Amino acid sequence: MSVWNVVAIALAAALVGVALGFWLPPHGRLPARNRGRPVRRILLPFSGEAISRRAFEAASRLARAENAVIMPAFLARVPMSLPLDAPLPVQCENGMPLLEAIEQRATSLGLPVDSRVSRGRSYRDALRRLLEQEDFDRIIVSVPEASTGLRDDDLLWLIDRVPAEIMLLRPARSDTRRISAAGVSGHF
Amino acid sequence: MSGGQIELVGPPDAGGAGGRGQFRIFLGMAAGVGKTFQMLREGHAQLEHGRDVVIGLLETHGRAETLQLAEGLPTLARRRVRYRDAVLEEMDLPAILTRAPEICLIDELAHTNAPGVEHTKRYEDVEDVLAAGIDVLSTLNVQHLESLNDRITELSGVRVRETVPDAVLGRADEVVLIDVTPTALIERLQAGKVYPAERVESALNNFFKIENLSALREVALRQVAEEVGAKRLVTEANGASEESIAADAARAVGERLLALVEPYPGNQRLVRRAWRSANRLGAPLDLLWVRHPGRTLTGEEERSLRALRELASVLGATILVEEADDVPAKIAEVAAQRGTTYILMGRGRTQRGLGRLRRPLHERLIDRLPGVDVRIVADRASRPAEDER
Repeated sequence: MSVWNVVAIALAAALVGVALGFWLPPHGRLPARNRGRPVRRILLPFSGEAISRRAFEAASRLARAENAVIMPAFLARVPMSLPLDAPLPVQCENGMPLLEAIEQRATSLGLPVDSRVSRGRSYRDALRRLLEQEDFDRIIVSVPEASTGLRDDDLLWLIDRVPAEIMLLRPARSDTRRISAAGVSGHF
Repeated sequence: MSGGQIELVGPPDAGGAGGRGQFRIFLGMAAGVGKTFQMLREGHAQLEHGRDVVIGLLETHGRAETLQLAEGLPTLARRRVRYRDAVLEEMDLPAILTRAPEICLIDELAHTNAPGVEHTKRYEDVEDVLAAGIDVLSTLNVQHLESLNDRITELSGVRVRETVPDAVLGRADEVVLIDVTPTALIERLQAGKVYPAERVESALNNFFKIENLSALREVALRQVAEEVGAKRLVTEANGASEESIAADAARAVGERLLALVEPYPGNQRLVRRAWRSANRLGAPLDLLWVRHPGRTLTGEEERSLRALRELASVLGATILVEEADDVPAKIAEVAAQRGTTYILMGRGRTQRGLGRLRRPLHERLIDRLPGVDVRIVADRASRPAEDER
């Protein structure tokens, strides 16, 4: 092989390298959005101003172990005097910052997160409407849990009717830690 | 009466001779703040200045203080209107017009009249009185304003059926906010100064809660502040027609936000940020996704789009989906149509191939939309959240 052939091959290789570098996204990897997607979906419903830190940690552990996406869902109750599709800016004043806080915390742990909002005449109704539209593999609720707005009979309904694994976290005296809207870091 | 009074717009009394009467509205956050009381005090003050004042309609709600203050002011009798089997009492509009005082006090502007009288609503009666050159003093609670009705229903859980178009407040020459603290109002209620004793407990358990009243007070203060802003602009502009001034004023104070979205999970944060900004500016929010023609959505994208639609709906934003090859041109077109003043967008996807040679979208938008602010919302901060409570 002559020197010129070697030079030509080297030049061709260099051109291919430059072209690939130009064509592919930076850092030689696919965008995060296009990488292997989590296949399992863990629902974390809430309605109040804070959620149990214990429920979030349970969701995080499972998400990490199962390559799942955490799906915090803000359940909003529409008064009977308003149409079901009415905007609810006052409830959103609590719900949106809390969604942001949960997403920030999940992201800081390197976990994928995909939020939802659902409205209904009651919190159960809001949850039912969400479950009619989408499938979830697990639903995590800590009991007794003021932050979900779900009562005991709602939990029984959840266990009876919903084709997902329902994880009810037993109450613990030490379970006083919360994630709240006050935990949003940075400007929101 | 310990209510604070904030007089926000105050042209001098011009009297009604020859033209339309002056219209002053005493606005409050709820019943019992002292609107009627202030209206009566103003009536007495005008009477002392030698003006011809009458009470066209007064609702005392059995309050002794109010009844006492009405003494000394000439009051026109109500007329009786038969409706089905009942006899109802209404303001006597023909009597007011015949009597033609200089100033007429007409309580409860949002009232709905009994069928069979001249107008359906009392504010329409007031228009006739003003048109006759009579000055009118009237009262209104903020929850009766049409545009605030839904919001206040959500705040308080109580739906108000009697509403007044916002334009009525806009046409007032003066809006006087009667302000008391929620605590002071609850004390007045407990002292029996607002409702009879048998209604106090029910009121305290329902509408008259500190959180309700605080929110209503904020709404009332904001509403009057906006009225002042709009009126100031109208006053400052000279030489143009009233209609064009009003339109210019609305444009001058009216921001409108447009958030550029795509159906993937990260965009929900952009929408929430845009909503917060819109709230702070008191501006409407539009969301726009420009999709390439014929593009089919994956299952995940469809779910994301549905979630975006639900989020937009609950936030009161409008979501628009447009098809176009030229994305910046379509965004500029929509922004122009919607009167957008502010565009929010995410950082955008990393471009590949020849796309890298193209100028970034935000730069092209700035070129196409002079005068429109463009803000790029940063990706989510990955620093750990700090609260543990």
